[in-house]
Amino acid sequence: MSKPTSATLNPKAAPPAAAPSRAGLAPVNARLTNAERLGLFRLMMRIRRFEERCLRAYQQGRIAGFLHLYIGQEAVAVGCCSVMQPDDHVITAYRDHGHAIAVGMNPNELMAELYGKASGCSKGKGGSMHFFDPARHFWGGHGIVGGQVPLGAGIAFALKYKGVKGACLTFMGDGAVNQGAVHETYNLAALWSLPVVFVIENNGYSMGTSLRRSSAGPGLAKRAEGYGMAWDLCDGHNLYEVREKTDKMLQLAREKSQPAVLEVMTYRYRGHSVADPDSTYRTKEEIENYRRTKDPLTLVHEALVAEGVLTEDLAKEIDMAARAEAERAAQFAEASPFPASEDVLKDIYWEEDNPTQKQSRGRIFFH
Amino acid sequence: MPLITYREALNQALAEELERDPNVILMGEEVGQFHGAYKISEGLLDRFGPKRVIDTPISEAGFVGLGVGAAMLGIRPVIELMFWSFYSVAFDQILNNAANLRYMSGGLVNVPIVIRGPANGGTGVGATHSHTPENILASHPGVKVVCPATAYDAKGLLKSAIRDNDPVMFLENTILYNDKGEVPAGDYLVPLGLADVKRAGTDLTIIAHGRAVINSLKAAQFLEAEHDVSVEVVDLRSIRPLDEETILASVRKTNRALLVEENKPFCGVGAQVAYLIQDQAFDHLDAPVKRLSAIDAPAIYSPPLEKEQLPSPQRIVEAVLKML
Ligand SMILES: Cc1ncc(C[n+]2csc(CCOP(=O)(O)OP(=O)(O)O)c2C)c(N)n1
Ligand SMILES: [Mg+2]
Repeated sequence: MSKPTSATLNPKAAPPAAAPSRAGLAPVNARLTNAERLGLFRLMMRIRRFEERCLRAYQQGRIAGFLHLYIGQEAVAVGCCSVMQPDDHVITAYRDHGHAIAVGMNPNELMAELYGKASGCSKGKGGSMHFFDPARHFWGGHGIVGGQVPLGAGIAFALKYKGVKGACLTFMGDGAVNQGAVHETYNLAALWSLPVVFVIENNGYSMGTSLRRSSAGPGLAKRAEGYGMAWDLCDGHNLYEVREKTDKMLQLAREKSQPAVLEVMTYRYRGHSVADPDSTYRTKEEIENYRRTKDPLTLVHEALVAEGVLTEDLAKEIDMAARAEAERAAQFAEASPFPASEDVLKDIYWEEDNPTQKQSRGRIFFH
Repeated sequence: MPLITYREALNQALAEELERDPNVILMGEEVGQFHGAYKISEGLLDRFGPKRVIDTPISEAGFVGLGVGAAMLGIRPVIELMFWSFYSVAFDQILNNAANLRYMSGGLVNVPIVIRGPANGGTGVGATHSHTPENILASHPGVKVVCPATAYDAKGLLKSAIRDNDPVMFLENTILYNDKGEVPAGDYLVPLGLADVKRAGTDLTIIAHGRAVINSLKAAQFLEAEHDVSVEVVDLRSIRPLDEETILASVRKTNRALLVEENKPFCGVGAQVAYLIQDQAFDHLDAPVKRLSAIDAPAIYSPPLEKEQLPSPQRIVEAVLKML
């Protein structure tokens, strides 16, 4: 059977995804407890409400620079990260709020980072595009398109070198696949059998350039064939499918140390960044159509109601809690101090920050 | 002390650090089976095996970036660039990723990587292969930059670089690879950020790095013998961190400074050092600070002109005599 093409996953061509029945689920989904299912829904809701609150803060002038919202893509980060095991790692690009929350980072610290406050996850030194949490195996948050992809392979290399049975989920956008560094990395990952899963979040656009205007060839993931890597396509609006396909590829990486490429079809509702007026390269109808027929939150909501796990009241409760959490995060950020002037010169060199440990071995991840 | 070449000194440093720390690996084009394009890694594949000494395809952005990613988790990759000139295709990985990660993560991440290889002109390979990017690298907070001039410093600095917890850019010189010097057989370190007075003098200070140090020492010897001029030669060894104290102490003693480098003059290392001296030792100067650099053009191929383009002992002597 031939693989589906990008076109068959286009919402205009395909009917709305039906709520999956429990019976037909892959083991990775079938074994989820009711509480875990609700947990995934809650996580997606928390990302959505957090980002909506970010947008307000941005419009109020609290956040500088770029704000790339993930709204519409929540099922991808939540689906992928939810099948990670304790030895797995993750790295992504600048549209990183969803992944950060999905790995368990504290929204207070994320919002404070956006506000440029000292209590931010990077002490206000990184901003929206540069979240990090090594303790949760989250290695950023990277602002240069495609620049994080070699790093992801390097994390996988380190795991393999140390004999740790883990893998690295390496996210990139559909625009990143045309960067040379990505292709160099594909080759290295395949050549050295690195346990890395490259996840292309194909939201159809790189800034204002549609896929059709940026990428030659029959598909983005299919390029993996040139490097002898496994690949697959995935409906990114369907949480269960994202989990199932990511899990399969992570297993391949962990068990057989084989890299793979997963192209996940998704869509962002907001402009490329909040500064993007979003009026020149796509139609309002297209956005509306996605919202109406493919919204990942609505789809999970419906699925869980159909499964008898979620009630409308409970959904409301989860929504309210997510809104309250986002509001608390904004208040925390607001109340936090900015970094002190002298902090500009800290966190540049290990040795300067740790003068009594000149010959120390630094922070070694492996013990 | 054994007399060995700069090349052998680097080889010893690599072998000793690979032996000492299982997290150290060596990676690059032709470092394994081929023993290194300049034979710096001779014998290391046989001794440490392909898991530790890794041949790469020609993908500088790919394997430098991969090294940065591995370093975030505590691996200590030593990445060989066949020529430092090729750093330009990995610029993003070096100067966006390695340099910035610690800062952008508020200190949560650190990147103990060493990127090393030759960075010099004077070998007839034309402009694409003759870059000396120490000034460009050093203008990025977050990286350290080292340019050893002698076999002793090459070994001691490389060992320090590998043990350092931040990215260290280690710039060697193919013309020095065969130079011999006294080098202890075992373990010793030359700290990063510490300059070395390679020759004491009283009339004028030459501040140099890399091969310019060797040529400055030749010039100093000639000036002593033929002109009775006593020149002090300060070898920076590290460009960043810069050892300001040693520079200033010497200038305050001799009251004259000539800055010699094989790098291009525009925004070069000498420009930074000249600023430091006028800012901190202005009252001690008996003459304006002077600079002698490569002539400000892309590296020319034609061998006799290429020789002229770089500061020779003769040009250094002339520059010193004009300052007295
Ligand atoms: C090397 C580089 N070139 C250009 C940019 C500016 N830029 C930022 S995001 C972006 C579009 C990337 O699109 P895609 O990879 O599809 O990710 P998405 O924004 O859709 O998540 C561009 C051109 C950049 N950050 N880095
Ligand atoms: Mg995109």
